Amino acid sequence: MTTEVGSETDVKKEPEKVPEVQHQTDPVQTDQPDKPADSDPQPVASVAQPEESRSVEPESPQEESSSPDPSSPPAIGGQKKEKGISRFLPPWLKRQKSQSQDQASESAESAEKPQSLKEEEEESEPKDQPDGAGAAPNTEKTEEVKEESRPEEVQLEENEKEEEKSVGSADTQPVREEKEAESEVKEREEEKKEEEQVIQQETSVLSPLRLNKKMKMVVCHVTLLDGTQFSCEVEKRAKGQYLFFQVCEQLNLVEKDYFGLSFKDNAEQRCWLDPTKEIKRQIRNSQWQFAFSVKFYPPDPSQLTEDITRYLLCLQLRQDIASGRLPCSFVTHALLGSYSLQAELGDYDPEEHRLDYISDFQFAPNQTKELEEKVVELHKSHRGMTPAQADAQFLENAKKLSMYGVDLHHAKDSEGVDIMLGVCANGLLIYKDRLRINRFAWPKILKISYKRSNFYIKIRPGEAEQFESTVGFKLPNHRAAKRVWKVCVEHHTFFRLMSPENPTKSKFLTLGSKFRYSGRTQAQTRQASSLIDRPAPYFQRTSSKRISRSLDGAPMVNVSDYSHAVDSALTAGAGENGPALELNSDSKSPQVEVVEKPDMDVATSVTYESAIEQTDKGGTGAPERKSKLRVQGENIYVRHSNLMLEDLDKTQEDVLKHQASISELKRSFMEATPEPRPSQWDKRLTGSPATTLRLQAQGSTEVKPEVNGQPEVVEVVEETVVIEEVIKAKPKSSAPETPVTVETEVKEERSLSSDSESEEEEAEYHAQTPSASISVQQIEEEPEEEQEAGLIPQALPSVVESQPITEAEPADSAPSAEEEQATAQPEEEERTDKDDAPNGHAAEAPPPLRAVEEEPPVVNGSVSRVEAELLPQVICCSEPPVVKTEMVTISDTFAAQKTEISTKEVPIVHTETKTITYEAAQLDGNGDGEPGVLMTAQTITSESLCTTTTTHITKTLKGGLSETRIEKRIVITGDSDIDHDQALAQAIKEAKEQHPDMSVTRVVVHKETELAEDED
Amino acid sequence: MSAFGRFTHAVVRAVPRSLATEALRTGSVEELDLPRAQHEHELYVSVLKQRLGLEVLELPADEALPDCVFVEDAAVVCGDTALITRPGAASRRNETEAVKDALTKLGLKIVEMTDESATLDGGDVLFTGREFFVGLSKRTNQRGAEILADAFKDYAVSMVPVQGYLHLKSFCSMAGPDLIAIGSSDAAQKALKIMQQMSDHKYDKLTVPDDLAANCIYMNLPGKGDVLLHCTPEEFPESVKVFEKLKDHMLIPVSNQEKVKVDGALTCCSVLVCKNSV
Repeated sequence: MTTEVGSETDVKKEPEKVPEVQHQTDPVQTDQPDKPADSDPQPVASVAQPEESRSVEPESPQEESSSPDPSSPPAIGGQKKEKGISRFLPPWLKRQKSQSQDQASESAESAEKPQSLKEEEEESEPKDQPDGAGAAPNTEKTEEVKEESRPEEVQLEENEKEEEKSVGSADTQPVREEKEAESEVKEREEEKKEEEQVIQQETSVLSPLRLNKKMKMVVCHVTLLDGTQFSCEVEKRAKGQYLFFQVCEQLNLVEKDYFGLSFKDNAEQRCWLDPTKEIKRQIRNSQWQFAFSVKFYPPDPSQLTEDITRYLLCLQLRQDIASGRLPCSFVTHALLGSYSLQAELGDYDPEEHRLDYISDFQFAPNQTKELEEKVVELHKSHRGMTPAQADAQFLENAKKLSMYGVDLHHAKDSEGVDIMLGVCANGLLIYKDRLRINRFAWPKILKISYKRSNFYIKIRPGEAEQFESTVGFKLPNHRAAKRVWKVCVEHHTFFRLMSPENPTKSKFLTLGSKFRYSGRTQAQTRQASSLIDRPAPYFQRTSSKRISRSLDGAPMVNVSDYSHAVDSALTAGAGENGPALELNSDSKSPQVEVVEKPDMDVATSVTYESAIEQTDKGGTGAPERKSKLRVQGENIYVRHSNLMLEDLDKTQEDVLKHQASISELKRSFMEATPEPRPSQWDKRLTGSPATTLRLQAQGSTEVKPEVNGQPEVVEVVEETVVIEEVIKAKPKSSAPETPVTVETEVKEERSLSSDSESEEEEAEYHAQTPSASISVQQIEEEPEEEQEAGLIPQALPSVVESQPITEAEPADSAPSAEEEQATAQPEEEERTDKDDAPNGHAAEAPPPLRAVEEEPPVVNGSVSRVEAELLPQVICCSEPPVVKTEMVTISDTFAAQKTEISTKEVPIVHTETKTITYEAAQLDGNGDGEPGVLMTAQTITSESLCTTTTTHITKTLKGGLSETRIEKRIVITGDSDIDHDQALAQAIKEAKEQHPDMSVTRVVVHKETELAEDED
Repeated sequence: MSAFGRFTHAVVRAVPRSLATEALRTGSVEELDLPRAQHEHELYVSVLKQRLGLEVLELPADEALPDCVFVEDAAVVCGDTALITRPGAASRRNETEAVKDALTKLGLKIVEMTDESATLDGGDVLFTGREFFVGLSKRTNQRGAEILADAFKDYAVSMVPVQGYLHLKSFCSMAGPDLIAIGSSDAAQKALKIMQQMSDHKYDKLTVPDDLAANCIYMNLPGKGDVLLHCTPEEFPESVKVFEKLKDHMLIPVSNQEKVKVDGALTCCSVLVCKNSV
């Protein structure tokens, strides 16, 4: 039974059940069935969420809660009257609903028990809080009901095969109904007295249970290199990595870093599955069908450690050759074919190998008799060669082919001429037809970026040239541009660097996308594989016949329904994301238009205020719920106003003050942390030379100041997943002139979703030269490289330049554009440039540049103010508006910038801190002042992360409304690999799940990162 | 994919009398001494034949084709494949016939350049053993290069703009495996830079003072090792000193004084073939 089936089932049930419900109640009503008789909550729920999103558990609670919204319920007779009563009912019904739902979809497996326990716990908790008296008894009852109903439901599950579901449910329902009816009656009476709030809270409490319960499994089909299919079940929200490891395990492959999983997107384009991201989000609506293939072709296969790795590479190359992707001459086809035969069939045997023994093999796209004869002739000459030797010979010849390991992408030059971009181990190759018309070795490339459907590379100036030039290419669409950009980033990192860039840092460096290659580099994988200590694994060479044949086997996706115990709260929380995000991504395209065009030219800072106000007043049921709906997407809306102007006027003192207050804030945060590092804060404070510098920059320069300010801006990445709101426009608001970066408080709306999969409008990647270590490969240093050190200063400006990219206009072509809009990222960094570092090595240079110092918004208890200041935009001008095939020399801008480079020399600060405040709409009741009640404190340690969560609950009574504010403090400690955004997203999600009826109004992120030790 | 510089056969063509008067010229107006030119050529052929032991196919001259002695422009041979070119100069188009026949006789796979928009002179094609560089000159256009790329799919084909000279190989050639002999003029150095940029391989360079001296013939012959045919001290004394630093090479100065007047270089006068290439 598959997950999907589960969801389908639900859907199927709807129609059947709905009719039932109709007899009794208004089908539309989800949460609050009017009549007690309406025992089957499920239908209701399903009605609310007819979409496949059922699987999306996190959403369901929200949606359900939202459904009660006054506007939504269709006026069906009697409903209104009963409403008063029905209000009280929902919680119970809901609870059962959730149970039944869960159980229905889950098979009765062991996993369930733990869950149920959990549920009970959770359920009981909330009840105690809100209204002791009324709630308590109810709770008990509910639980009883639960237990009773459970067994039944389980049976139900068992009975219900996918086809029979309707029947099964029908059977069970009566029973359930009776019980429910009883309980409901009692409940009603008691509950009537209760306030809505209670209900809501309960509801919220309940929802998590439901959410956690389902752990959907999906069957992934992976086409292996020998053409066979490997099927593997993965949790629906599993990351790419999980599946990849499963496959590698199946293959017994250790040197796996050269390989990857790919899938076809809707446009039939091959995309690599990002191991660090959820599969679901990457494939979107495509099938769960993947291909295991070589991602990084080792330039020297003889350096691979294991034969099995070489074998797999051979299989890949055979495919490449047979498909024509890897062009070969006749002779080469014959030679390679003969090695394949030798490897798979062994020595030529005249007895066994008749004339046509090879006609089943495909050696070339267009195989001729002549070729086959030649292959046979050569095969005969390989007598005595072992399969491993034959593979090695195959590779020795294949690696010399000019297109070996070149990943081609269609593009156009500035004149609209069709060209191909070839990404390979050594750099980027430009082809026109079959001719190589240009080549940019990695050392030559300073920056890689894309914007909309354009892909840019910034070239290090040659000996004769003074300035960098930027070369642009036009790709068919935004996705293609992003794809080639990603491939470049990955290849550069894998082949050129000793180790991947620190993900944390890289975040600051980029605008738009924080995508980085996170796997091992070639150097690392070589080192790792040199340590491989296992007997050569046995593996079966499959006939290449299969390759051609099984490739096109129609993959069927089987979905199975699995019930799983919820692991840790953490995982569960993370998992929930998936669905919600999905929604977003699907709906992306329309949104694009929403984006407002930023005026790059505008000197004044225009602030776009998104008027999204979310209120979370505990009491008001209906209206609030609506707002919740919006929140579903995991977006938190931040109001933003323009304080930029103010900032401009700030004096240095102000800045310092500001910083001080920030530091205070941070300190308070730190207290909660297990390992407070006050000293570092102090250092930062006093030592904020950066601040000073910035100030200078602000005061003096107008446009130029960007150099200082810009880098800061540059780093700001905003991924806006939020579809609905205007917010994206904000980034644009940044006044170009404002060098003031320093003080700015960025207010933005940021999608919490950690998913960088979403399409960034644009992104860039600064080629990092291997600092200490030049990649092994680069033995042949390009002449250019020598200049690197000297060029550094020049390189810097380039960084600045990138910013222009800011989402000036919504991507025309890219629907997804909206997803990640580079908006000012809220991150406030107190980070100083390491730039000054004596070791002028280019490698080091880039990161420092980006070091941005942003002033943390002061979030002292007061909810409201965050200002966005985006200076960076100014720079936009430097970016070639038009794609240029030819080198574009941007003179003035750069020159100006160069002069300012000196400013970057700032003392090094050891700690990087960042504070992000997200504000949802406003709450009037500031419960802040009130002493909260410490509700829970828990620490979860998983993998490399340590998460400590502290929850405070404050209740206030205002007028007739009671407001409950819950403040959670989550401290996550771990190594630098933490995906902070993801952690944040997760935390928020969890919070939402636990209190679905409440809205998230404020999120403050404080981030402290230790920089490299050497800087101390 | 045999060792670079391994050759077994050579195709040459006799000097027609019309060379002196009707051959195309780019710069020099010096009068060509036909008898000396013929003698020069005979020496050249004898080096290939006697000294190096290659099997040499000597095609008769065709008076209607004054430039026919420069067979290199008519075909590009690599491995088992011969691309019959479409020379940039219309007057030379017919030179390919005889060359094609000869190469066919040698058992090579013949690819013809039938596209009428394509032009390619063999003198613009530098094969390094790893890849091709094709000079974009007055005689060779992009389409010609594309066809070349299609004919030799194993190899990268990169374009190199050629200015101030007739052909790419007017100022460079291979002087050894991964060793490019290059002239010192700005034009030559610029072209070299481009080649270096375009290549994934790192080549060594042998810079000679005289651009024309950079055209030499490298072979790697069984029993003889590295062989280099290069200019004579009479022509380019300084450049010869550079060649003489190649201690491991068998250095054979070959005079080219006369043919150079009509833009002929050492490589121009033969098409080298390796019949056991596979």
